[in-house]
Amino acid sequence: MANGEVEILYVEDDDADVELTLIALEEFRIANAIHVARDGVEALDFLFSRGPHSNRSFSLPKFVLLDLKLPKISGLEVLQAIRNDERTRTVPVVVLTSSKEQVDMIDSYKLGVNSYIQKPVDFEQFQKTIRQLGLYWLVVNQAPPMYSPSTA
Amino acid sequence: MNMLVSAGALLLAGGALYAYDMVSLRQSLVSNLSIEAEIIGATSSSALLFNDPNSARRTLSVLNESPHITAAVIFGIDGKPFASYFRNPPTALPPKPVFKDSDTQTYSFGRNQIAFARLVAFEGKPIGTVYMESDLGDMRDRLERYAEILIAVMLMSLMAALVISSFSRRSISVPIVHLAEVAIAVSRNKDYSVRATSSEKRGELAVLIHAFNRMLDQIQLHQEDARRAHDELDHRVRERTAQLAAANKELESFSYSVSHDLRAPLRHIDGFSAMLVQSYGNQLDANGQKYLQRIREGAKHMGQLVDDLLNMARLGRQDVVRRQTDANLLVKNAISNLQSEYEGRQIDWRVTDLPVMDCDPGLMKQVFINLLSNAVKYTRRTQQAVIEIGRSPENENVIYIRDNGAGFEQQYAHKLFAVFQRLHRAEDFEGTGVGLATVDRIIRKHGGRIWAQGEVNRGATFFFTLSPSGDIVTELNHG
Repeated sequence: MANGEVEILYVEDDDADVELTLIALEEFRIANAIHVARDGVEALDFLFSRGPHSNRSFSLPKFVLLDLKLPKISGLEVLQAIRNDERTRTVPVVVLTSSKEQVDMIDSYKLGVNSYIQKPVDFEQFQKTIRQLGLYWLVVNQAPPMYSPSTA
Repeated sequence: MNMLVSAGALLLAGGALYAYDMVSLRQSLVSNLSIEAEIIGATSSSALLFNDPNSARRTLSVLNESPHITAAVIFGIDGKPFASYFRNPPTALPPKPVFKDSDTQTYSFGRNQIAFARLVAFEGKPIGTVYMESDLGDMRDRLERYAEILIAVMLMSLMAALVISSFSRRSISVPIVHLAEVAIAVSRNKDYSVRATSSEKRGELAVLIHAFNRMLDQIQLHQEDARRAHDELDHRVRERTAQLAAANKELESFSYSVSHDLRAPLRHIDGFSAMLVQSYGNQLDANGQKYLQRIREGAKHMGQLVDDLLNMARLGRQDVVRRQTDANLLVKNAISNLQSEYEGRQIDWRVTDLPVMDCDPGLMKQVFINLLSNAVKYTRRTQQAVIEIGRSPENENVIYIRDNGAGFEQQYAHKLFAVFQRLHRAEDFEGTGVGLATVDRIIRKHGGRIWAQGEVNRGATFFFTLSPSGDIVTELNHG
């Protein structure tokens, strides 16, 4: 874990889900590098270093783990805001949600999601899934270079 | 037209009268001449017999009293003129008349005169001939007057006819033409609100126009009724469609929130139960462990139920998009899809030639997956599992899927296709009771039907056709 930088922005309103997900990610020993946002507004505030997070120097996580059904601003709206902004456009976003409603999947991919994963009910399956996606996006995948206006 | 006909008739009648009159005038002229000639003949017979031309001349001079006689000549039997009379000085003596056969008199009409001749006989023997010429001026005058009268009468009757016809035009033709115009306008514009107007209050035409208007009243009434009924129906259809759309939308948002919200608590139950086993398992006795296991099984089963139900609802909402689809391919795909369910088992797949079907390939693939998945599941305890897919020998539009697995009691066959209905206990064969209900739904959406035959421990056979008439299944062209 590199100098207290956030590796995962986890957007999830459900406590239980947060706990189960963190348990599943335990083996990566990055608990301190995961920032959990409890709704869409908080997620965007964090990403763009504004509001309560205006002191944070701007930096992108390795990926965003995004629930769709969120209070205030929905996951799809968060995704849209991320893709619409030059600074955050390249950050990988993984949707992790209960539903596999076609309309959700289609909308997510249309808005440029990098991966769509349904949370399994079976905990063993759940654990396996979260570990796989953690391994892939944290270790296997090459994150995009940091944003700077000159490279945009 | 009418005028032309009546003028013609008048002309014909006038002409006929004129001709008749001319003929009868001529006849009376001839008979008058005949009488006069006979009298002259009788009076001058002795003069002829005694060769006394002076006496005959005296007799002829009597003709002075008849103004129309212009000339008269008595010929002797030798054919020479015996005595003559001329009103005006003669230009030439007329030739001796010639008689045909046994005729005793003869005549000929000229342009202005008639020549008449008659034999004079004494005791049966001809002794001479009386010849007379009469001028026709008299008759012509009469005929001319007659013609004048006829023409005057004709003109007057024509005038009268003209007046009568214009009157009848006003009172008969005009209203009938008006009626016809209204009828044509009605049939052309389909406007049943127009009415024919009548200037008369009584008479056949007024009755006709009234009847016509009454008929229009009836038609208009019926038309308005029909339109009202149609509008009402249309309105009701719109209303129902809107209700249906609203219900559909509600159902959609219902299944959306089920999909999002119902699975989360189940995931938590299973997740934390798993954590309990993992972290505190050693503090629980066997019973405690078993209870936790039961909790987790329940949560997972419920998760499966939710997924299956959502799947069924989704397939139910989906429109059937038909395409010519090779059923052999669908079955092949379904079998390979199910591979994980029969890994490590020996199954004898017997697929015989299947038809090309006019169906939604995605939905029908789901049908084969569900039916074959059942066959795989219920042959799990069968020593040599055989799963057959083919066409019914009785009706080639019927496709069957047969297994030699656990089967079922035929008397409960009708319950197979109801949601959540199961004929096996969950301990024996797991399941949610949604698979066959989904199959039934898809087949019914195609306009077809499905039924099943079974026997406990001898296997089950599912038959389906995509249309009761059987015309949805079409043959592959093997040529």
